[in-house]
Amino acid sequence: MVRHTDREYEGELRELNDRILKMAGRVEAMVSRSVRALVERDPDLARATILLDESVNADEVEIDEQCQSILARRQPLAGDLRFISCALKMVTDLERIGDIAVNLCERAIELAREPALTPIAELGQMALLVQEMLKEVADAFTARAADRARAVIRRDDMVDELYHGALRTMLSLMSQDPRALQRGIHTLAVAKFLERIGDHATNLAEEVVYLVDGKDIRHAGKRAAPPGV
Amino acid sequence: MSTAAAAVPSTPAADDAKRPGRAKMEVRALSAAFGSNQVVRAIDLDIEARRVLAIIGPSGCGKSTFVRCLNRMHEITLGATVTGQVLLDGEDLYGRGVDPVLLRRRVGMVFQKPNPFPTMSIKENVLAGLRLTGTLGGTDAARVVESALTSAALWDEVKDRLDAPGGSLSGGQQQRLCIARALAVEPEVLLMDEPCSALDPIATARIEDLIHVLRERYTIVIVTHNMQQAARASDTTAFFLHGELVECSPTERLFTHPRDRRTEDYITGKFG
Amino acid sequence: MSARREAWFTTLCVVALGLPLLLLLVLFGQVLVDSLPRLSWDFLSSFPSRRAENAGVLPGLVGSALLCLGTAAIALPVGVGAAIFLEEYGGNRRMARVIELNVANLAGVPSILYGILGLALFVRTLGLGRSVISGAATLALLVLPVVIVAAREALRAVPHGLREASLALGATRWQTIRRVVLPSAAPGIFTGAILAVSRALGETAPLVVIGAVAYVTYLPDSPRAAFTALPIQIFSWISRPQASFAHNAAAGIVVLLALLLVLNAAVIVLRDRAQRRAAR
Repeated sequence: MVRHTDREYEGELRELNDRILKMAGRVEAMVSRSVRALVERDPDLARATILLDESVNADEVEIDEQCQSILARRQPLAGDLRFISCALKMVTDLERIGDIAVNLCERAIELAREPALTPIAELGQMALLVQEMLKEVADAFTARAADRARAVIRRDDMVDELYHGALRTMLSLMSQDPRALQRGIHTLAVAKFLERIGDHATNLAEEVVYLVDGKDIRHAGKRAAPPGV
Repeated sequence: MSTAAAAVPSTPAADDAKRPGRAKMEVRALSAAFGSNQVVRAIDLDIEARRVLAIIGPSGCGKSTFVRCLNRMHEITLGATVTGQVLLDGEDLYGRGVDPVLLRRRVGMVFQKPNPFPTMSIKENVLAGLRLTGTLGGTDAARVVESALTSAALWDEVKDRLDAPGGSLSGGQQQRLCIARALAVEPEVLLMDEPCSALDPIATARIEDLIHVLRERYTIVIVTHNMQQAARASDTTAFFLHGELVECSPTERLFTHPRDRRTEDYITGKFG
Repeated sequence: MSARREAWFTTLCVVALGLPLLLLLVLFGQVLVDSLPRLSWDFLSSFPSRRAENAGVLPGLVGSALLCLGTAAIALPVGVGAAIFLEEYGGNRRMARVIELNVANLAGVPSILYGILGLALFVRTLGLGRSVISGAATLALLVLPVVIVAAREALRAVPHGLREASLALGATRWQTIRRVVLPSAAPGIFTGAILAVSRALGETAPLVVIGAVAYVTYLPDSPRAAFTALPIQIFSWISRPQASFAHNAAAGIVVLLALLLVLNAAVIVLRDRAQRRAAR
């Protein structure tokens, strides 16, 4: 890859890139730990994970500041400009995912107090899927690979399907056993949170596509993501 | 815009030619050289009427030489040669029987360094084009001076000292005086060769603001090595490299997502 | 060490400058003292005479003035024209280079040769006789290289941007030269012209050759009239044996020097004014 003539500028952009990757790593860890806390009914792990959100929030502020500084001092253009605007949006999505992981942990603490519910297959699949999506979008960002990002977007459809499946299963479960209502509501929220992580991962993927191809594919529906590519 | 166009009775063809977006100048296979040193190579480019075209590129990429071919100023340098065509409203500038002197009244030029005539007053500078060529005739000199200076956004600053020497103005004012001088001849196209490179940011902002206004009436080509200026002031941007046209795109597109790798590398500062 | 060497060098420079200056001052002082008995209004307004105390420099003064005017009138248009051709039109063409070479060579030719050329060309061939016009034409040839070089220098000092600005406004080359380039170059050209004329003022040898008369008791009434000039007059007085004529020569020198001083002052004023305008 061709480097910038101004090496300090090159360094700043690399540092920003690394920071985003680190933040993405932290967010991934928060999600996987919150999922584990749910599965293993481990309120201590959930509480420890909630504390991690602070560093994610700090990441967001720092990255924002660095973007502002580069915008003000370097007036980035073309690919650099797309990178900065992409970075600004990515941190927002990552920070939101961090918040959702906190929400998941809170539900994990609540659920740990109640007797265990019958395992719901769709929920487990969703949890796996969104974690894979997060990992994949981070890789696509690192490799500047638009096609991999587009694949992430397509996987969100499956998340949505699973979510609706989980919804149906939960509803029938709760209608059969009114005592499960309390736990059911928490579990429904968990499903909703996982689905939203999938949405944010999709946003991240769209941002990576814009970063690489310069094409804005948000709100374009399914047409913008051609199946074959 | 549309009401003005409706009020002026004109043939459909003439109307069409004046419409913004229509090609005012068409450059075809234009090459230029100094002696055996080829500096512009086979350029094909359309310059749209009443739009601002910015030309960017590293030093020595031929951008200045290119614009100087558009009003045949290139050939005044000894040993300079040009091949190819430049059509102005469909007529080849380099065709047989075209008088470069008359052509330059249609295609005006503003230079890098403000260059008001030092021996003339502000007023005389504005009138210089008409006086030099003896075409002032019966036209009302005072009116020409006021309208040209107003167009160049300089009237209010100098109206009380029109007889002061042109050199007594600040750099930015001098450059606007040069623009007024070029406008007084009533050109159709205005070429600007790095018009702000000798000016401070405020004076630069004034000129850029002026460019936005002037594009209502004139077709403007601005050469600049300041990419931010091209981004701010132009509708279309052309990137030159080693005498070749690498890319010509709508400005917004070129600066967010250029088509060519070399453009990307240049505007993000990944050169050399 | 280096400071001492510096001081030593400075002293050397001051001596190198001071010595000739001192010499000049002594010479001038001597001339001034010698001239005192004769310097008066009468000296300026009288004709030469066999009696030293009655002699004056009027014909020389008038002759020199006429020669200066004539020289300027011939050398200026020709010289500026040549300079314009070389600077504005000549470019790199062969013809221009040949002219350039000749001008450079002419500047190095001893002035007496100009006298001989003038004698052959103007006095004999063109039949102008030993007249003011022959003298002026000869001196014009002599100072032409100076005028051309000065004019070229002045033209070259006009920023290229001004020419381009004018051409870009749709002016022809000639319109550009006449309205833009020449007005800007005028102070420089006039400076050169005055320096050239002041050189002509001091020339003696070519005038002697073409036959300026030392003893003229009337003022020239036509361009074809015989004439004298200040340097000729001084030369002729110096060659007289009587001491009283030496005073006349000294007084003549003072007049000539004063004239040169006035001309050079004019140059300084002109240049100063041009510089102030350029600085604005």
